[in-house]
Amino acid sequence: MAENPILTIKDMSVSFSSPDEADIEAVRQVDLTLTPGKTLALVGESGCGKSVTARAVLRLLDNNAEIRRGSIRFEPEGQAPTDIARLKPDSLPLRAIRGNQIAMIFQEPMSSLSPVHTIGDQIDEMMIIHEGLKPKAARERTVALLDQVGIPGARERADAYPFQLSGGLRQRAMIAMALACTPQILIADEPTTALDVTTQAQILDLLRQLQADFGMAMLFITHDLGVVAEIADEVAVMYLGDVVEQGSVYDVFARPSHPYTQALMNSIPKLARKADRVRLSPIKGTVPAPKDRPEGCAFTSRCPYAFEPCPTIRPAQTDVGNGHHARCHLLTRVPVEEPA
Amino acid sequence: MSKLLSVEHLSKHFLLSGGWFGPERRLDALTDINLSVEAGETLAIVGESGCGKTTLGRCIIAAQSTSEGRVVYHPTSGGDVELTALSKREIKPWRQDIRMIFQDPMSSLNPNMRVFDIVAEPLRIHRICKGRELEERVISTLEKVGIPAEAVGRYPHAFSGGQRQRIGIARALVLDPRLVIADEAVSALDVSIQAQVLNLLEDLKDEFGLTYIFISHDLGVVNYIADRVVVMYLGHVVENAPTEMLFEQPRHPYTELLLEALPIADPLRRKGRKKEVRGEIPYLGNRPAGCPFHTRCKYAEDVCRKDKPALRPINGTAQEAACHFAEKLELKGAYEDAPIGHGVEASLDASRRPHVHQSGGDGSTAEFARNLPE
Ligand SMILES: Nc1ncnc2c1ncn2[C@@H]1O[C@H](COP(=O)(O)OP(=O)(O)OP(=O)(O)O)[C@@H](O)[C@H]1O
Ligand SMILES: Nc1ncnc2c1ncn2[C@@H]1O[C@H](COP(=O)(O)OP(=O)(O)OP(=O)(O)O)[C@@H](O)[C@H]1O
Ligand code: SF4
Ligand code: SF4
Ligand SMILES: [Mg+2]
Ligand SMILES: [Mg+2]
Repeated sequence: MAENPILTIKDMSVSFSSPDEADIEAVRQVDLTLTPGKTLALVGESGCGKSVTARAVLRLLDNNAEIRRGSIRFEPEGQAPTDIARLKPDSLPLRAIRGNQIAMIFQEPMSSLSPVHTIGDQIDEMMIIHEGLKPKAARERTVALLDQVGIPGARERADAYPFQLSGGLRQRAMIAMALACTPQILIADEPTTALDVTTQAQILDLLRQLQADFGMAMLFITHDLGVVAEIADEVAVMYLGDVVEQGSVYDVFARPSHPYTQALMNSIPKLARKADRVRLSPIKGTVPAPKDRPEGCAFTSRCPYAFEPCPTIRPAQTDVGNGHHARCHLLTRVPVEEPA
Repeated sequence: MSKLLSVEHLSKHFLLSGGWFGPERRLDALTDINLSVEAGETLAIVGESGCGKTTLGRCIIAAQSTSEGRVVYHPTSGGDVELTALSKREIKPWRQDIRMIFQDPMSSLNPNMRVFDIVAEPLRIHRICKGRELEERVISTLEKVGIPAEAVGRYPHAFSGGQRQRIGIARALVLDPRLVIADEAVSALDVSIQAQVLNLLEDLKDEFGLTYIFISHDLGVVNYIADRVVVMYLGHVVENAPTEMLFEQPRHPYTELLLEALPIADPLRRKGRKKEVRGEIPYLGNRPAGCPFHTRCKYAEDVCRKDKPALRPINGTAQEAACHFAEKLELKGAYEDAPIGHGVEASLDASRRPHVHQSGGDGSTAEFARNLPE
């Protein structure tokens, strides 16, 4: 990598406790790295731990959650590194980072925009709190920002309430709010999932453009491999709390090395003519509940290649070349002699 | 093939109150829809949110009154049944033949009913059978969709999203219908489960000789499953064509826009920055005059703002489009002809150039693992 990472998550586990059930380890020993100007896509099916990972970075987890191990090292240029995992969720240093240096776009737009304030007021407030701008100056910047994210008639639209905007415009307003303080890291949790493909394409364009302009690092969460292929530089595939494979988006799509990644890719219809049509080969069964996850490889119960060590021994991260890693026992098994 | 259903000049508008002082407003959800469904085909209906897909489905099963036009069913037994002219009582027997699977499996299944009763309910309503016969029919239908007999006593919340969608499918199939309208039946599912349900829908179609109207906003899935595609925009049918023709070369600029926006799961085919501003879909209540698409169309000319183009066959083919310039425009399709990695690389900008490492077949276990079996 040419540039130094700005955020390094190492060996991080997040557990949820509840009074009448055993603890759930929703994210298990995850390693992820964000680099300025680059996009890391986190992909996986519902419940695999994508949002929990993202929220852990900003320490926005529910009260019953705990980061049980690992570190989240944030090192912006010219600033001493901080381990976010060690900060108190409500401490001053964390509040200085959250929303200011690291901003997030949430999965449910309505839950993060206040319905009773205009979008302009909400964005102004971010700048007033974090950067001490005067209201008038803040409004000028808000209008410029709304304009930059492609909201037509930005000055008038600043006085609109969220419910008065279409889904696409609301998502743009959310992005504008996240960018209010020019963050160095943008975390986008399924920012386009609820949108039409046409609006989605516009938002992806917009994020790419903003990244080029601001040089921010982006953590982009999605369950859509098409979106990953469109936007990511690096990709990490999650299954049931584990990052099972990660690497450059070209390597992972060209040579998926984990059976789960391969199966995921065989589950989406290819855009092919009828003559080249192949029947989908879905993964058998369903994702087990986190409490039923085996000690070893999380994918054991659905993997067509599972063998002796899989249920009990957790596969190590294996480098398959060029910084492309996967966690699967097949990758370290001594090759079987094959007839010539 | 024979015609199973025809929709003729169907329109549907809703009247919205304008609040305390405002005038009542009229919202045209469907405008002069004409289409027919052939027995045995899978007809997809696509378009952006709010274009009227669900409303059309509901008009066909008569769950929604229509404002104008007719829906005619052509049963295999012969004759024409004008569904839109029938009273509630008269329509009941035909409801067995045309069933709908709903968009949201969670809200369409009664949470207080056991799975057995959810699937048995249509049989009871239509007084098809009871007792042992009913029991056998319910259980065999559930087994066909992959819900084991032991699970029939459970409530919907005890099932996963994919299983709930299967229960919804079983409920639609238990009456042995001819036509099934699947409204975003796989949209809420995770890809691995979506693939299971798509395969199931295909198998059931073959087994029971079903005809599908498959409502979806996912063009990748539509290309995979449909024989023919109807593209809707603001309550109008703007294109209607065999799937391969439509994806090969669309004849309506809106179809081209949808295909262009479709993300493809291959970074080597990354589309990069799109230059055109596409604009927002106009609000149905103030639909533009002329071509409904002209506010977003990059090919629009003066005539488009004045005259509304009619849906018509293009160059005498099975492909129909509603655009003044459908014959002249060279619109871009979605299939990639150049082999991947050949000539594509040159079009990628340098910073995003791939650096795929090459290490051809090494005969390792990992290599073997890369080739998943069927
Ligand atoms: N407050 C909580 N208490 C207990 N478990 C929780 C809590 N929040 C999340 N979890 C669990 O953590 C796991 C990961 O959840 P997460 O929201 O990260 O999934 P996700 O990958 O974002 O899924 P989706 O694609 O559906 O958004 C799930 O099994 C979930 O049930
Ligand atoms: N009962 C109703 N009263 C008033 N307006 C309605 C009603 N039902 C639907 N509409 C309006 O009719 C239009 C078409 O809605 P419809 O649900 O058919 O769209 P859709 O294509 O299915 O969208 P989606 O992809 O979001 O499901 C929308 O503008 C919707 O708001
Ligand atoms: S470790 Fe075993 S179960 Fe897990 S993916 Fe590899 S082969 Fe399958
Ligand atoms: S009729 Fe005109 S505005 Fe409408 S789609 Fe064709 S070119 Fe575009
Ligand atoms: Mg999530
Ligand atoms: Mg709908």
